Amino acid sequence: MTISRTIILAAMVALTPMAMAVAGQDKDYPDKSVSYIIPFGPGGESDITARLQQPFFKEKFGVDLVVSYKPGGGGAVAWSQLNSIKGDGYTIMGINLPHIIVKPLQKNVGFATKDITGIYMFHYTPDAIVVKKDSPFKTLKDLIEFAKANPGKLTMSGSGKGTANHIAKVRFDKMAGVKTTYVAFKGTGKAAAAMLGDQVKAEWGYTSVGAKYGDEVRLLAVAMNKRHPKFPNVPTFKELGFDLVSGAYRGIAVPKSTPENIRVKLSKMIGEINADPAFRKKMEDAGMALLDVDYAGMGAFMAKMTDIYTKAAREAGVIK
Amino acid sequence: MPGLEYLIAALTPFHIMLALAGVVAGTIVGSLPGLTATMAVAVLIPITFSMEPASALILMGAIYTGAIYGGAYAAILLNTPGTPSAIATTFDGFPMAKRGDGDLAVTLACIASVVGGLVGAAFLLWLSPPLAKVALAFGSVEYFWLAMFGLTMISALSQGSLLKGLIGACFGLLLSFVGVAEISADVRFTFGSRTLLGGIEIVSALIGLYCIPVLIDMVATPDRHLKVTHKTGGFRLAEALAFSWNYKFNLIRSSVIGTLVGILPGAGGSIAGLVAYSEARRASKNSKDFGHGAPEGVQATESANNATVGGGFIPTLVLGIPGTPPDAVILGALLIQGVRTGPTLFTDNGSTVYTFIYGLFLATLLMLPTGLIIGRYAYRTIITVPKSMLVPTVAFMTIIGSYSIRNSVSDVMIMIALGVVGWFLNRFGFSPSPIVLGLILGRIAEQGFVQAWTIGAATDELPAMFFGRPISLAIIAFILLSLFYPLIRGRWAAMRSSTDAE
Repeated sequence: MTISRTIILAAMVALTPMAMAVAGQDKDYPDKSVSYIIPFGPGGESDITARLQQPFFKEKFGVDLVVSYKPGGGGAVAWSQLNSIKGDGYTIMGINLPHIIVKPLQKNVGFATKDITGIYMFHYTPDAIVVKKDSPFKTLKDLIEFAKANPGKLTMSGSGKGTANHIAKVRFDKMAGVKTTYVAFKGTGKAAAAMLGDQVKAEWGYTSVGAKYGDEVRLLAVAMNKRHPKFPNVPTFKELGFDLVSGAYRGIAVPKSTPENIRVKLSKMIGEINADPAFRKKMEDAGMALLDVDYAGMGAFMAKMTDIYTKAAREAGVIK
Repeated sequence: MPGLEYLIAALTPFHIMLALAGVVAGTIVGSLPGLTATMAVAVLIPITFSMEPASALILMGAIYTGAIYGGAYAAILLNTPGTPSAIATTFDGFPMAKRGDGDLAVTLACIASVVGGLVGAAFLLWLSPPLAKVALAFGSVEYFWLAMFGLTMISALSQGSLLKGLIGACFGLLLSFVGVAEISADVRFTFGSRTLLGGIEIVSALIGLYCIPVLIDMVATPDRHLKVTHKTGGFRLAEALAFSWNYKFNLIRSSVIGTLVGILPGAGGSIAGLVAYSEARRASKNSKDFGHGAPEGVQATESANNATVGGGFIPTLVLGIPGTPPDAVILGALLIQGVRTGPTLFTDNGSTVYTFIYGLFLATLLMLPTGLIIGRYAYRTIITVPKSMLVPTVAFMTIIGSYSIRNSVSDVMIMIALGVVGWFLNRFGFSPSPIVLGLILGRIAEQGFVQAWTIGAATDELPAMFFGRPISLAIIAFILLSLFYPLIRGRWAAMRSSTDAE
């Protein structure tokens, strides 16, 4: 009796610190700066949105969010190393869609989509068709009519292949029953320059292109559910009869070894930043659209997106 | 002069301090191979959150301009371009240092960088809106031809055997295909290896191909790294100033070339330096000294690469299209600040833009005293530190440098592998420059060609696409001139000597 009591007591004494440690991880987290790896180089949109989160993270949680870059292979280099990082919640990594879905389907790039533990998708930059201000295409209808009359002759620039722009192009062509020619450029800046320099007739760009170039360009339609608050006069594809809601989605992932409670906590933290009106305003002014997919919702979101992107990428000939 | 009141706004003590700190930090960062201007500017972004946009721009511009100059030290003293912009500086800078004129080369580079920086900033101040149109007029096909033009320079640059130069360039082109292709997103030539997935990073290739052979030679030969012919301590400033004055046309021409190439997004300082170098050599009376320590060569590349700073800001500020990688980071920082670059920036945000441009002038001028002092210190260090210290220190830096570009161990392994390959190739008379040129230009040429072909094929205008655009035709003319110039010149010299004989 006494013996078993002693054992139970001893076990309780031994277990208490462990139980406290598990609870403590969550309560104390974060107590030092968090490293935020961007799988692209500095200056791109992934960098800019991370930089916009940075001051809000510090203000709300009292520790620094330190942005660093690990570019290469269109993000593949960083994502293939994600799970070898220590999973203590102090290293997080940016993730981008469709990249993390399409890349592993193309070839062995060192990671599979299911290896990536996303904890929050915080925004997307909606796809948009952009033309120069003096373009003869005043509306999306003008552009479709031209494309129907001249199959293949409507040249449209866009950023990369197997990317949000490229997949939106493939889906739109099918919906509208047209054939257009997609010209891939390295990055949105160069794709926009090709449109502004009259090399191509239109650009598969983003709402952010419209925010950046203002009156120099005209957005014909945006791929959102509702009109973008910054462009109240630009119709959505949906209004015009094309069920196209798409863009470059950005979120945050953690190494697989990160404990469940930290994943949940972190997801809540990013959600808090997203809910801040000052943050929302800055993001919307830059032409982005906010999105709130938390840790609990990631599974369903990824399943839906994987389905859409896999089909579109196969039609685009990006995957076999 | 637009807005003198902005000149006064730029000259506050706070801005002078920012410009000075920026130039010093930039010069040091640039001098270490692998630490690039892009990185230095990116590290600073959080600091600039709390600043006025104009102050933030001055700080970032100063770092950038300092880093481009700092790249000359390693090029001259270690035969390793600290940044890709300094590739052509190694051609004459290192031979000068070898024969004991390293201090003169560093001082000349400093003067040339200041002149180039001022010319670039002047273009930015007065001619931004019209020149920004050049950036848009330059389409995919023009980039393709520009890359071809760059490749023809191999014939001008390869000392010794032209055939070996061409083989080196082909090797470089092959290296440029490795990894995930920029446009088609195909994974190529990785042989299933994750190390090669990210492709061959240009700066780590530079460090490997240039620096590792120098290190191996330092260990393998007993003589001093650089010859010292005279008492060190001075700047040799009077000598350098007199030389710069005598060759002022070279300086101005190279600066203008640098500015114009800088305007083209994606071309960058390395191409600017090479074009200016080959033009300087073509125009010079001493063209056969080039490659053997001609001060004019150092002058040409260093003025051209610093002129790209001002030139690159033209499309960045006017169009919102970054001219160079550091410009892309600066553009991002401005966006976070809520400053919208683009056509209306000069009218809506005139005070920010003009204050920044005057700040850039200020930073460039401050580069003269700081550059001379840091340069002398760098030269002294390299010649006085014993090899047994120098070699491990530099070797350590090559590893840190190649790692820090993309925080990647793969880049370190590729750097070392290329270094060993480069050392063997050097022994057989292959120089690293054609290989690196192939690596840099291969990507530009491939993208330009694929895009131009796609557009041309879609609109049924393929021949007109490649051979019907005025700028393309002008570049093709330059290519032909550059290819056949040695021949024409040879024939001309032969004719002259035969008439002399009569």
